[in-house]
Amino acid sequence: MKALDIIELVKAEPLALCNERRLNHDYSLAFATDLMSDALAMIQDNFDHTVLITGLCNDQVLRTAEMLDIEFVIFVRGKRLPESSLEIAEDMGINLYSTRYTMYETCGLLYQNGVKGIHVNSLT
Amino acid sequence: MSTVLHEHYEVKPDDFANAGKASSAIKEQLKSLGLSPAVLRRVAVATYECEINLIIHANGGTIDMDIEEDGTIRLVFQDTGPGIADLEKAMTPGFSTASEKARAMGFGAGMGLPNIKRVSDTFDIQSSEEGTRIELTFVES
Repeated sequence: MKALDIIELVKAEPLALCNERRLNHDYSLAFATDLMSDALAMIQDNFDHTVLITGLCNDQVLRTAEMLDIEFVIFVRGKRLPESSLEIAEDMGINLYSTRYTMYETCGLLYQNGVKGIHVNSLT
Repeated sequence: MSTVLHEHYEVKPDDFANAGKASSAIKEQLKSLGLSPAVLRRVAVATYECEINLIIHANGGTIDMDIEEDGTIRLVFQDTGPGIADLEKAMTPGFSTASEKARAMGFGAGMGLPNIKRVSDTFDIQSSEEGTRIELTFVES
């Protein structure tokens, strides 16, 4: 699904639109967690097509996304980041959105529409 | 093997506000040298996990990065913290001694050290009551 379609599907609001051209980018994979260590353990080469879904709202989500080359993050349950974090996201070029859906509902909606989960596999 | 580039970073104790900044700087530096995204990502993930460990488990520490003539990236993380009581347990996925503060930041899943070992090409860890030293190397595949 294109980022724009995902945003519409989960009725997400932009927190930081830092990379407009990525809105037409295709995201076929998603990973949902509040544990950034778990996200870091999912390292692989297709993060360009992966959206990170989380309920954790702090700078470490942005740092984790940066390390993994993830450029699209959705925060669940209407959570928002402080202004200082939005400035960091801008520097990193990461698009941040917030949806009112829970993590479970967000994942369900995406999965129902063809966005699959990622699995740990060998590094390439 | 002689070094063509050396960088040194200090990580302050309990500096949660700046956690990850050294890793960002290292990733940026390596990116400017034209490394492939795959190796960049592995270095970034390992560095970030180690930097977080320096903040949450030790009293801060240092990061030294050397790029050798043959392109090998060598990273050394050194602290004077309390050391790791049981290294075998610490290398077990899921085992964690992280504080509530660290967990609130999104860490403490017990995946740190196993993940650092998995993404690096060589991994060496020495730990005693005087501190912990981790040395990692990475090469372009």
